Amino acid sequence: MKKMNRRNFIKGSLAGGIATAAAAGKAKKASAAGGDFGGYPDSMGVLVDLTKCVGCRTCEAACNKEQGLPEPDKPFDDLSVFDEHRHGGLPRRTTEKAYTVVNRYNVEGREHPLFRKFQCNHCNEPACLTSCFVNAYTKTPEGAVIYNPKVCVGCRTCMIACPFYVPAYSYSSAINPVVKKCIMCYDTRLKFGRPPACVESCPQGVMTFGKRKDLIALAHEKIGGNPGKYVEHLYGEREVGGTSWMYLSDVPFDKIGFDMHLGKEPIISYVKDFLAIVPMVLCIWPALFTGFHLLSTRKQANKEESPKA
Amino acid sequence: MKKLIAEGFQPIDTLIKPNTNNPWSWKDKLFLGLTPQEYMKQLFRNPFNWILAIIYAVGIPILVGRFIFGLGWATHSSYDYPWGLFLGWGLFVMVPLSASGFMMGTTVELFGRKDFKPIERLGLLNGLLGYFFAVVFLEVDLGQPWRLVYPMFVSLGPAAVLFLVAWHVATYLSVQIAELVPATSELMGWVKPKKFIKSIVLGLTIAGIILSTLHQGALGALFTYAPGKVHPLWFSAAFQWFHFFCSSIFGGLSMLIVVSTLSKWFLQWRCDANFSKNLDRITLGIAKGCSMALITYLVIKLVALAHDNEWGYLLTGWGQLYIFEMTACVILPLVLFTMAIRTNRAGLARFAAFIAVFGIALNRLNTVLITFNWQLYQEIPHWREFVIAITVYATYIVVYRAVLYRLPILYTWQGDSK
Repeated sequence: MKKMNRRNFIKGSLAGGIATAAAAGKAKKASAAGGDFGGYPDSMGVLVDLTKCVGCRTCEAACNKEQGLPEPDKPFDDLSVFDEHRHGGLPRRTTEKAYTVVNRYNVEGREHPLFRKFQCNHCNEPACLTSCFVNAYTKTPEGAVIYNPKVCVGCRTCMIACPFYVPAYSYSSAINPVVKKCIMCYDTRLKFGRPPACVESCPQGVMTFGKRKDLIALAHEKIGGNPGKYVEHLYGEREVGGTSWMYLSDVPFDKIGFDMHLGKEPIISYVKDFLAIVPMVLCIWPALFTGFHLLSTRKQANKEESPKA
Repeated sequence: MKKLIAEGFQPIDTLIKPNTNNPWSWKDKLFLGLTPQEYMKQLFRNPFNWILAIIYAVGIPILVGRFIFGLGWATHSSYDYPWGLFLGWGLFVMVPLSASGFMMGTTVELFGRKDFKPIERLGLLNGLLGYFFAVVFLEVDLGQPWRLVYPMFVSLGPAAVLFLVAWHVATYLSVQIAELVPATSELMGWVKPKKFIKSIVLGLTIAGIILSTLHQGALGALFTYAPGKVHPLWFSAAFQWFHFFCSSIFGGLSMLIVVSTLSKWFLQWRCDANFSKNLDRITLGIAKGCSMALITYLVIKLVALAHDNEWGYLLTGWGQLYIFEMTACVILPLVLFTMAIRTNRAGLARFAAFIAVFGIALNRLNTVLITFNWQLYQEIPHWREFVIAITVYATYIVVYRAVLYRLPILYTWQGDSK
């Protein structure tokens, strides 16, 4: 009996069934973690102490080499890139040729400029992953958000969804354009427990690699142990559900290009309102509109039946 | 065409040649009963075809170039604005304007309003072609268009909103093709397919309502992935799907009025008395539907403002754009539709429909492109993007017109196929 019902159900609406399953799956995930996934318990992360960075761009070079990226337009020891501005007067961003960039910020009242390294933050609940309709993204238990170029259709919804504007796209390729972004050196390093290339290459020890939960404790120790040195905020601890990369700074984060309006909710929370209505529409509409049909054609049906009575 | 009709020419509307027993051949049907030479002549006489020729002369090489040199050649290759005109116009504007299919199916088949029958098929066709060309636009935009079926069969990401859009648009396209089988059957002289579709039409219609509710809404819900990027006045996590769904109702209906008006102006020869005589009455009937959808939309837009407490934004520059959109594209057509209904003026309803269609386009472009990244910078799409979008849209018009010339959409088939 059960089997029968199920078969009929699947036969009845293939698309509908899948959409329901999707919504149900989402709901299950939400309830299992009390509405918040919160990340894998032993996920790794990187703590970036921005106050230590001197803007030498060694990490950019290391990333380029490790990921086999094309040669940059300007060599990595050319510091004039800090004066470059893209559209809208914004500083450099990640591109198909660079998974990480360092930008310089001249902050009023600070003796030296502050440098900020920028790459994928590897969210606990990545917006790119949840928006992808071919499941090209995976959040690995080690903490990396990796991408499978073999299934990517190129809709670029992940680029719309990413709150940090991280994913780039190889528009230049006509045959095989794919998303280009930092994968935390998953294939070559993280998988084997080694830190990403940029972390290891840094001569200033700006970045600390470790378990995310340990890094959070370490960061709060640093903030508490050096009163007045850091602003009392660990960027990435809670932003959009928490990220594997986290930042400490001695100037307010909004002065150095960080978005302070992202909120603590992962991006998928904003989509749940819609996902919740999907099963309702699928279940209620058929009966409701058949009912409307019966109601609105009742007069005619009565007319046809009355001679019999 | 006008000239030919004046000379006594009658386009095909039967299976059998008049005054004989011979059926029309497929070639006759293709050329409307004209000889190929006569057909070519009327093609060249039509000034609109010259405009199309110019569009194609410029557009086709650039469209081909997009596939040879890649998206980087045809667009700004923006990482910040990954979606440009192809999706902004081709998907997000065309899909709501194609909601007429399920609206007319619902009106005629589900609510039994047979008085709207003369325009039902135009509504269905407008839906089918709009969706089909939205998919064409999508294919132009996708990085790897040959992987279009991946979300269906190769690698499934069922929790994503776009997954729902993909499945629903694909399913709904098949529903719409099925709904237009009767018209094709008449032209081709098939009997069984028409009968079969008739027997399942209620199921198809309800499937159409479900699929349309969800994917029209889902197009809005796609932007709930970008809460910080779309301007708050155009963003509402709770109501985004309903804004898109509700506006697609008057969008689709208004587009139907626009298309029927264009048919009345430029394809008069193909409209039969059943269509032409009923059109004013039907236009006003559709206007009633539009006005109800518009007032609902207006209210829910205001509710969204109150829900997220966004009144403060109304005083900014973006607020002026928002107020313009709401006043000129929602309240104005609402008032005009209402006046048209009260004073029984179909012409006024047509004028209102043109404004409402413009309004939908403005609203979608505002959401997708203009207010998107409002905190970063504005970007005007590459000129090649405009050319390609115009070329594809011109093809949409060409196909639309070609179908209206032939299938019994604007006229009733004078045949025995039942």
